Amino acid sequence: MVDDLLEQLRELEKEGAGSIATADGAEELERLRVDLLGRKGRLTGILRGLGGLSPEERPRVGAEANRVKEVLSARIDERKAACEVAAAPEAHVDLTLPGRARWRGGVHPVTLVVDEICDIFRDLGFSRVRGHEVETVEYNFVKLNTPLDHPAVDMHDTFYLGESLLLRTHTSPVQARVMEQFRPPVRVVVPGMVFRRDPFDASHAPGFEQLEGLAVDEGITFVDFKATISEFARRFFGPTTKTRFRPSFFPFTEPSAEVDVSCQLCGGAGCSACKRTGWMEIGGAGMVDPAVFEAVGYDPERYTGFAFGLGPARIAMQRYGIPDIRLLYENDVRFLEQFV
Amino acid sequence: MNVSYNWLRALAPSITATPSELADALAMRGAPVDELVELSAGIGDVVIARVDEVRQHPNADRLRLCSVDAGSGARLQVVCGAPNVEAGGYYPFAPIGSSLPGGVEIRKAKLRGELSEGMLCSARELGLGRDHAGLMALSGSEWQLGASLVDQLGLNDTRLIVDVTPNRPDLLSHVGVARELAPGGVADITLRPFSAEPPALATRNAGGDHGEMEGIRVVIEDAVGCPRYTAAIVRGVRVGPSPEWLATRLRSVGLRPINNLVDATNYVLHEMGQPLHAFDLDRLGGGEIRVRRARPGETLRTLDGVERELTAEILVIADAERAVALAGVMGGEESEVTAGTTNLLIECASFEPQRVRKAARFLGLSTDASHRFERGVDPELQLPTLSRVVDLILAIAGGSPEPTLLEVGSGSAPRMIVPLRLERVTRLLGIELDESEIERLLEPIGFVMEAGADGLAVRVPGYRPDVTREVDLIEEIARRRGYASFPEQLAPFRPTTVPEDPLVPVLRRVRETFTRWGFLEARTAGFAPAADSRVPLLNPLSSEESHLRDAVLPGLLRRVEHNWAHGVRNVRLYEIGTAFLPAPGETVPREEIRVAAAFTGLSEPLHWSGPGRSYDLWDLKALLEELAATLGAAAPQPATVGGATGLLDAVEGFEVSGVGAVRAEAGAVLASSVDSPAWADRLFGLEITLSAADVASIRYAPLPEYPAVERDLALLVPQGTAAAELERVIRSAAGTLLEEVGPFDLYAGAGIPEGTRSLAWRLRFRRPDRTLTDAEVDRSVDGVLRALEELNVSRR
Ligand SMILES: [Zn+2]
Repeated sequence: MVDDLLEQLRELEKEGAGSIATADGAEELERLRVDLLGRKGRLTGILRGLGGLSPEERPRVGAEANRVKEVLSARIDERKAACEVAAAPEAHVDLTLPGRARWRGGVHPVTLVVDEICDIFRDLGFSRVRGHEVETVEYNFVKLNTPLDHPAVDMHDTFYLGESLLLRTHTSPVQARVMEQFRPPVRVVVPGMVFRRDPFDASHAPGFEQLEGLAVDEGITFVDFKATISEFARRFFGPTTKTRFRPSFFPFTEPSAEVDVSCQLCGGAGCSACKRTGWMEIGGAGMVDPAVFEAVGYDPERYTGFAFGLGPARIAMQRYGIPDIRLLYENDVRFLEQFV
Repeated sequence: MNVSYNWLRALAPSITATPSELADALAMRGAPVDELVELSAGIGDVVIARVDEVRQHPNADRLRLCSVDAGSGARLQVVCGAPNVEAGGYYPFAPIGSSLPGGVEIRKAKLRGELSEGMLCSARELGLGRDHAGLMALSGSEWQLGASLVDQLGLNDTRLIVDVTPNRPDLLSHVGVARELAPGGVADITLRPFSAEPPALATRNAGGDHGEMEGIRVVIEDAVGCPRYTAAIVRGVRVGPSPEWLATRLRSVGLRPINNLVDATNYVLHEMGQPLHAFDLDRLGGGEIRVRRARPGETLRTLDGVERELTAEILVIADAERAVALAGVMGGEESEVTAGTTNLLIECASFEPQRVRKAARFLGLSTDASHRFERGVDPELQLPTLSRVVDLILAIAGGSPEPTLLEVGSGSAPRMIVPLRLERVTRLLGIELDESEIERLLEPIGFVMEAGADGLAVRVPGYRPDVTREVDLIEEIARRRGYASFPEQLAPFRPTTVPEDPLVPVLRRVRETFTRWGFLEARTAGFAPAADSRVPLLNPLSSEESHLRDAVLPGLLRRVEHNWAHGVRNVRLYEIGTAFLPAPGETVPREEIRVAAAFTGLSEPLHWSGPGRSYDLWDLKALLEELAATLGAAAPQPATVGGATGLLDAVEGFEVSGVGAVRAEAGAVLASSVDSPAWADRLFGLEITLSAADVASIRYAPLPEYPAVERDLALLVPQGTAAAELERVIRSAAGTLLEEVGPFDLYAGAGIPEGTRSLAWRLRFRRPDRTLTDAEVDRSVDGVLRALEELNVSRR
């Protein structure tokens, strides 16, 4: 009996509060006050049940009834005041004024891409490492199966610091450095700045971000290689993304491939961004050349592996529709704010 | 490499795919096509016309009036400025109402008072070449007036501009591209002779390093630089324009026809891939060809008219007296074929790639010949190419050849035999292939399979110098089979042995801090102008970027200036990057990972509720304090001297130094360090050297169970007594009950004694084990006030 009455009171409090909160204007609120708390109101109705209780039980229910009455009464007063403020023209709060904002901060669009790529490859077992930006000719070229008198060196226009010292032209020297330091299984991704002696124009910068990947162990094949790159592409670009591997040439991989993904803008139908091909190039890759294994002291008969180099700046440009690479380096606040 | 679609089809009729299908096929074979050029685009209206009469324009010295017959029966008057227009000549003609590439429309016009009813065209105006010195003269007289130029010249062709990687010199010829694309490969290619009866030429190879033929002696002094030299002699040739079919072929790959002899060597080069050179035999001195290193101080005027100084690194072709050509790069002017040439010596040699490359680089020259020699020319190709060019010359320039071709040098190198294990194929490619499939893939492009000791032995054709190892063959198998034909199956992998770079979590926390502060990450290329403290580049792009940066902040300040220059007042940038520091005694500079920040303008976006507050020194200090705490570094202190960058104000600046590897400087940026507009707010900057060792670790502290008591103390502090000193004294005097203390009000001025300031502190006391009593707190506060008396600080 007591519990029943207490339950009714709770319900009244809940319902009443709801009605009050949505009531519009003093008139309606006064009607609610009569209906809920008045002489013939619902609270009075509940309290009629007191008669059926023992004298010891009555104060408990009575106290709760008083509390509910006070709460609802206060709510009605508050709401009435609020309605009056809203109705009075001179005290009107113009809620269409803008809120108080904070500066929004964020990372560079290239960092967004780098971090996302590294996160995906972390799931695929790759740890993230770093290398030096000043490298030796030995590591940048020779250990990567690129003799200096080979025309392949022309593919890189190199900044030199000395006869045998340069700014790395790719992140690939870290392949050799990692393999010299660790035994297989090796799975690493290496983001970092690389440098080419190209003046700034719409698609070139003298320094830009590259991201190297390397996987070496027994039993890694071209099939794994393709699968890993395609898995990455689906996770990064979306589950329906297609990949295309075209034969190419890099001295330190064999077989070598250029990797294309289906154009993000047209889905492969062909548009101006993909030069009507339906494909976007995302980087170069291939199976590690046995000469590289020999140069770092791995047994090429025992180990196989693959390597890849992605261009986060170019991927960011494709993904966000950035038409000119210089925008990435001007660091105009109005540009950077678009990526937070 | 420019490839003509028609030329390919002529060599291999089995190629039936369209140009764009061929482009796709080439891309999937490793040689992407950068562009397909429709050669007849825009010139469909152009016809063949004859100029019957040429008169001087009455009102202009450099213009002529031509009477033109374009097949319509009417005599058209055309004003022409080209110097080479001749009566009786045949030229391309754009009639009234036609248009040319680029959208030029031909209208009836008066030029200096004379009517011009159409236009006689140069090759350049037709998009057929770069030659605009004069009209495109059509040789011969069997032209049908008014007929379409495109039809008559066979210009319905498409040029494929193929991007050939340096490992594939075999694709630098039409034969090579046809071999790659024809369904049957090598077997589908036919080299049709040019003459009705091609000459049967014998070969004479005396062995050793020299040989003779008809009074010409050939000596190879540098057998490494020139493994083989072959030559043919043709006497009694007539130099003249090439027949149109040949000129069309050359134009189709972007070459300018010059004369029948030069054109013949160019044609055969682009067909076969083997460079050739024609000498005027009568201008070679002493009846001798000598392949040798250049002598110190020796010079040669090359075909391009440049007098070049040579070095002993450079291989030359010389006659008895002097150098007459740069071996494998370019011929000399003095021995070149001219209109008066009647006797020819045609060189077809094999030069070492490295030697040619060195010479070409040294001289800053890249020619069709050097491009091919640098990448490797088929060592078996010289004699077949020589026979072919002799045949062509006889067909178009007449003359009679010496019946024997001279060959000096080691002769045909044996073909390379590369062993191939099927097990290795599977191990690398991940699928099993049998011998017959491998043969089916490789045999069409000239590889020959034999049984080997441990699998197959594969004989590699001479035009594939890139294939020397088993793995090269495996790549070739994958390439010919098509990469798309391989399945994709993720294999289980073992965990990597390589630990994650310890700086990764540090950088993440630094970025998080800046993001929370509303800062934007910047990236710059990382160069700086010259300074003694910086590492110089040997070959910089500009003097502004001649050195490696030794700090990150300066580059960031340039970015702030960029924003200011674009009217952006509120700038808050940070950059994480490498600083390069010269390391005395070391060859390699030291690299430090730094984070720098620069900020100016409003500390929050402007809001209608108030005027807004600009960033000040205290924002800088708080940012630095937060970063230092995040990095586990010591708390920042007022700067004692200007920082290492020299850009910041030491009076309004801070530093972090001491035991940790983290070093920092921060401060107001000196006005002299930046170009700021008058309306700019103050600019603040900081730079921190990061280190993997220092990341603050986080430990949970139990939450208090008993209430705290707070007391405020307004203190009169003599000028010169630092807040940090007061805090230290308060903390030590208050004892363990003091939980937290900090200033909350600063006042100086009326009502405060001269030479002091009022600094109000809030002290919070708490016991962990029970509720504090007032008496306990009073005792502690009394102790604090007593201790402060020593500093001449009293309660206000
Ligand atoms: Zn597209």
